[in-house]
Amino acid sequence: MENRAMHFKARAGQKLADVVLQDNLGKAKSKFVGMRARAIVEIDDVEATREAARVLRNRALDDLDLWLEQFERQATQRGATVLWARDGAEICQTVIDIARRHGVRKVTKSKSMLSEEAGLNLALEAAGIQPVETDLGEYILQINDNEAPSHIIAPVFHKSKEEISALFARTHQRPALTDIQALTREAREVLRPHFLSADMGISGGNFLIAETGSVALVTNEGNGRMVTTLPKVHVVITGIEKVIPTLEDLSTLMRLLPRSATGQSISNYFSLLTGVKKPEESDGPEHLYFILVDNGRADMVGGEFSEMLRCIRCGACMNHCPVYQTVGGHAYGWVYPGPMGSILTPLFTGLENAIDLPQAATLCNQCGVVCPVKIPLPDLLRKLREKQMERRLRPLAERLALLAWGWMARHPQLYGLATRLGVRYLKWLAHDGVRNDRIRILGMATEWTLGRDFPAPEGRTFREIYAARKGNP
Amino acid sequence: MNAREDILGRVRAHLRRDARNAASGRSALDAYLKARLQGPRPKIGGDLVMRFRAKSELLSSTVEEVTASPDVPQAVARYLAAHQLSTNAVCWPGLTGLPWRAAGIEVAARPATGSDLVGITGCFCALAETGTLMLCSGPETPAATSLLPESHIAIVPARRILAGMEDAWNLARTELGEMPRAINFISGPSRTGDIEQTIVLGAHGPYRVHIVIVRDS
Repeated sequence: MENRAMHFKARAGQKLADVVLQDNLGKAKSKFVGMRARAIVEIDDVEATREAARVLRNRALDDLDLWLEQFERQATQRGATVLWARDGAEICQTVIDIARRHGVRKVTKSKSMLSEEAGLNLALEAAGIQPVETDLGEYILQINDNEAPSHIIAPVFHKSKEEISALFARTHQRPALTDIQALTREAREVLRPHFLSADMGISGGNFLIAETGSVALVTNEGNGRMVTTLPKVHVVITGIEKVIPTLEDLSTLMRLLPRSATGQSISNYFSLLTGVKKPEESDGPEHLYFILVDNGRADMVGGEFSEMLRCIRCGACMNHCPVYQTVGGHAYGWVYPGPMGSILTPLFTGLENAIDLPQAATLCNQCGVVCPVKIPLPDLLRKLREKQMERRLRPLAERLALLAWGWMARHPQLYGLATRLGVRYLKWLAHDGVRNDRIRILGMATEWTLGRDFPAPEGRTFREIYAARKGNP
Repeated sequence: MNAREDILGRVRAHLRRDARNAASGRSALDAYLKARLQGPRPKIGGDLVMRFRAKSELLSSTVEEVTASPDVPQAVARYLAAHQLSTNAVCWPGLTGLPWRAAGIEVAARPATGSDLVGITGCFCALAETGTLMLCSGPETPAATSLLPESHIAIVPARRILAGMEDAWNLARTELGEMPRAINFISGPSRTGDIEQTIVLGAHGPYRVHIVIVRDS
């Protein structure tokens, strides 16, 4: 997928002014937060479970090469073929090669974010192979001219039912429906024949289990089961970081993943798929391929951003992010939005290609608190900001201002004086004769006050109060 | 260099892998695989059947109990009649011995197709923690029977209701040896919340799941 992260600021501005989008975001955001809060407390000891998940994900990543070899051995023993891809282009080429080998003309797909990274649908179409997205959200995006998802687990988070209704009526040549249940039924009727006639199924993988050489798939709609049960070929596309050691580890993660993602105690369907069908079995694929993908992951191993590799793609960080809730997912410009996207996009596509994303956060740590595998997201965002400073990727004025602030902070006397003067200046700015607690136009940062007022400081500075009360509690 | 060697080579370099730590790493890995260490688990106290039933109903499944296997067809017939569903069903081969015809149900033990309306299966076991069915695929237990029909009816022996997923893995290791091609955990009817985060039942799989618990089996 093309990276448009450089346009974050401009796109965020457009999204803020988009009345329909703001209405859709407003309706959606509170649901995810409330449902997660209710579901997560069903676990007796949430913190102990998060800690166990952190430890087991680290165990896999600390010996990633060995666990991958173990996975490869087990999967191969059960008749699967394990292939590797360095980047999106290699993913596309590998999938097309497999499709050609088996004479495949139609592919049904269950959700795969790696397929988005690679832009696989366009590549398949160009090769004369028809891809059909079957996750309801992904299907809606595909028939809307391959629109990009705006959320990793709710791809059409940004769309209203009215927009979807109009799209269905146009695409399916049927009368427009207004009821969500009827729209879902219509998609079922349109997609069912595709499930039954596809030659190949493509899925992502939530986890790879090294112990058994299996892939674990978490879905609600049942489309994941369809594409891995009915076609004669199944291709799993997944990142190398998704491997975990044992089935016991899988159980621990499954207590956290659905609860963190959609607020469900467990997803409707959760499949553990191992190897190919036996001759005497009536269903299941005859050929199973795993494509294990690097695309920027291998070089994160053992480095200062390696904690990000623990991510299990639940989406809780974006659901709880005040920035995501305000601008939606498309503003982030690439596959992954929200806090995890603001870290992954610069790491996968280059820091210089996503300059605003590490700044697109308030560092409030809501994301860090809800992350099921305890990724310190604000720390990683701060580290990316440091890298931007080091590589001089931020505007000169901003770098000079930060350098000046850094110098002042090392000289407490001067710092005290500057803050005293600063407070006086802000109070003067707020003084307009009517009400004196709001600054309409902030002298040094006029952009900040374009859409809102800046609150004026009240009373004296902390240092002044501290000095006055010192020794006099 | 091929992709595999390139990717694994860089991972090894970043982890400072050498012959010595590879050997110790491998033995630690084997030890961990053998230990089958469990993470923190919620306490599942009381009657497992009661808990399974309550959790299943929360997931929009319907549940009833019968005292013995021969009572299952009558219970299924009552359910089908109450919901005005077809009495033609496709089922797992092992279930044809039950008195279906006496209950007015016509069962066919063959692979399910896209036009079958009712699918009847057993289960490998069930989990009280979340109200989940665990089905293992095989020649006698095809996966499509619980997936393609609009209604899924599952027969669950009460003694196969376990506390949690970890217990199910251990049972599978003991009874099956190796993992079957597909283990499907099913927790209620297929659903989606993709449009405005509004839950709709019956996305691509069954619209309804009815569970018949057999007490004395």
